[in-house]
Amino acid sequence: MKGLKPSAPILLLLPAFVVLAAVVLVPLLLSLYSSFTPFRLTRPETFFVLIGFRNYISILSNPDFWWAFGRTVLLLTIALNLEMLLGLGLAMLVEKATRGQRILRTLMMFPMMFSPILVGFQFKFMFNDNIGLVNNALQSLGITEDAIPWLIESHLAFTAITIAEVWSSTSIFAILILAGLLAMPKEPIEAARVDGCTPWQTFRYVTWPFVMPFAYIAMTIRSLDVARAYDIVKIMTDGGPAGRTELLWTLVGRTAYSDARMGLANAMAYFSILLSIAFTVYFYNKLAAARAQIGAEW
Amino acid sequence: MATVSLKNLTKRYGNMEIVHGIDLDIADREFIALVGPSGCGKSTTLRMIAGLEDISGGNIDIGGRLVNDLPPRSRNISMVFQSYALYPHMTVRENLGFSLKIAGAAKDDMDRRVAEASAILGLDDLLERRPSQLSGGQRQRVAMGRAIVRDPDVFLFDEPLSNLDAKLRTQMRTEIKKLHAKVKSTVIYVTHDQVEAMTLADRIVIMRAGHIEQVGTPDEVFSRPATRFVAGFIGSPPMNLHEATVSDGRLVFGGGDSLPLPGQFKSKTAAGDKVVFGIRPDDFYPTGHGLSSGGETEVHRVDLPVSITEPLGNETLVFAEFNGADWVSRMLNPKPLKAGDRIGMSFDLSRAHLFSAETGKSLRN
Repeated sequence: MKGLKPSAPILLLLPAFVVLAAVVLVPLLLSLYSSFTPFRLTRPETFFVLIGFRNYISILSNPDFWWAFGRTVLLLTIALNLEMLLGLGLAMLVEKATRGQRILRTLMMFPMMFSPILVGFQFKFMFNDNIGLVNNALQSLGITEDAIPWLIESHLAFTAITIAEVWSSTSIFAILILAGLLAMPKEPIEAARVDGCTPWQTFRYVTWPFVMPFAYIAMTIRSLDVARAYDIVKIMTDGGPAGRTELLWTLVGRTAYSDARMGLANAMAYFSILLSIAFTVYFYNKLAAARAQIGAEW
Repeated sequence: MATVSLKNLTKRYGNMEIVHGIDLDIADREFIALVGPSGCGKSTTLRMIAGLEDISGGNIDIGGRLVNDLPPRSRNISMVFQSYALYPHMTVRENLGFSLKIAGAAKDDMDRRVAEASAILGLDDLLERRPSQLSGGQRQRVAMGRAIVRDPDVFLFDEPLSNLDAKLRTQMRTEIKKLHAKVKSTVIYVTHDQVEAMTLADRIVIMRAGHIEQVGTPDEVFSRPATRFVAGFIGSPPMNLHEATVSDGRLVFGGGDSLPLPGQFKSKTAAGDKVVFGIRPDDFYPTGHGLSSGGETEVHRVDLPVSITEPLGNETLVFAEFNGADWVSRMLNPKPLKAGDRIGMSFDLSRAHLFSAETGKSLRN
């Protein structure tokens, strides 16, 4: 039989290519295409109408979208910095523990074991203005008379979401930084002490440069995580009150499924991915620089 | 520049006492080596002097100042670590200048002192490199440079050469000796290598199991070891040490063979005493091939079978069988021998050692 006879490598790789194309490439191209249409789930025929960049122009001129975008960046900045500081503190405390370090490490990872949806429900209960634990405690201790409207006032709601986010993910920083601290050779620290460093200087000039790459790995992972934050916000406030805690992906989700405007939602999604890519590139560069600096051989 | 004085220095971890109250006075500009097998407490002692370990009892004085509770940074010491402990993220220049930067030294003063240290140690071409780009010997030199730059009262060395290969170790040993001649400060040097201690130190402190066995000049610890342990530890190849019983003016070994009791010990032993007889390979040699051949005052000759030989070129180590054991001897001006040959061997008994079998102490004094 004469005709097309693919070589063995191509033949062997073909199943993988087919599967990848079916589950990744085709949906990706379809969604990219749909972002150039006025596609609504309720009106399938709109899928075949091309409107060029109109969806993109419309979201870029939509203040609600920019608010959500800004809020996401803000949440990312605040949450990551807080998690970083708390995680570093936790890691350094656990590293100092001479006994029970393993059990502490395990305890530290507990928050990571819960589904974010459940974390959302738990914090929603705790911050509830009538029956919540937080208000109850504050009032019993006499710190405040009135019920604080945690999930109702917009700034407080954002704070509550940040707290839930930080609670659930600080351990990622703690674990990674702890790994760095444990891997660190002890002699340079002793050398620094002999060289005249105070404990703070030892941390600043010797420990921190060594741990930095580990912190950047955690940053990279968490920046992707927070940039696609959805579940905790969806449960705790659902973007409310009046859209004041709306983040990028809650907005995308609402536009796509509640409003059924899939084309517009896809345009938002593609634009939002730029944010994730930007943060990833930024932290990877930082990581590479930090690794080169300590002469890491990994 | 300063004296260092340890008084009843003790270290305990929980109920385990590691260092059992040692006393030591170190003179200004002296080079002291602490030697001993691993686990003898020498590194712990050094780390207590540095302030990296808390002390459980006793006092440490540096330059007449009690430093027991001072942190390392207030003791004006510098330390060279076995693993070099360079700061991996700093260049050689930054490593050298780090302690000055921390102390807030002026830029030009810092540059001058870094330049001085780098000139002494030949680091000029390496100043912009990072530790990961240096060889072991170069890292070692940077670690020493970092110590010199501070101009400390006391230099502490914690087995600085044990990570280097044999050739480089010999070379760095010479450099450390030159360095001490140049910087003229007090040095405390920990090593498990008795050759390093012998070649470098003004005085050697031999430690075992948290006690000081003997303090003395290299010549003293070699020629007049105070204990059986020191006798066995110092010298390469080690001294022949064998248990014997004093009987009728002779030393009778377990296997039945005997040697005359050396004259200087006659008044110090009684019949029936259990002793350990020690003789260095230099004082036990094939007749006519020894260091003091012809000049001996008290020599005992006996024919012994050769069990093995180790030719070293200028000399041969001959293992001769006596009393059922191999005794090592040093044959100068060697001639070929083979296993099984019977040769005349000389014991220079005037240079032999006798230790109490019970306490291990020398019976010489």
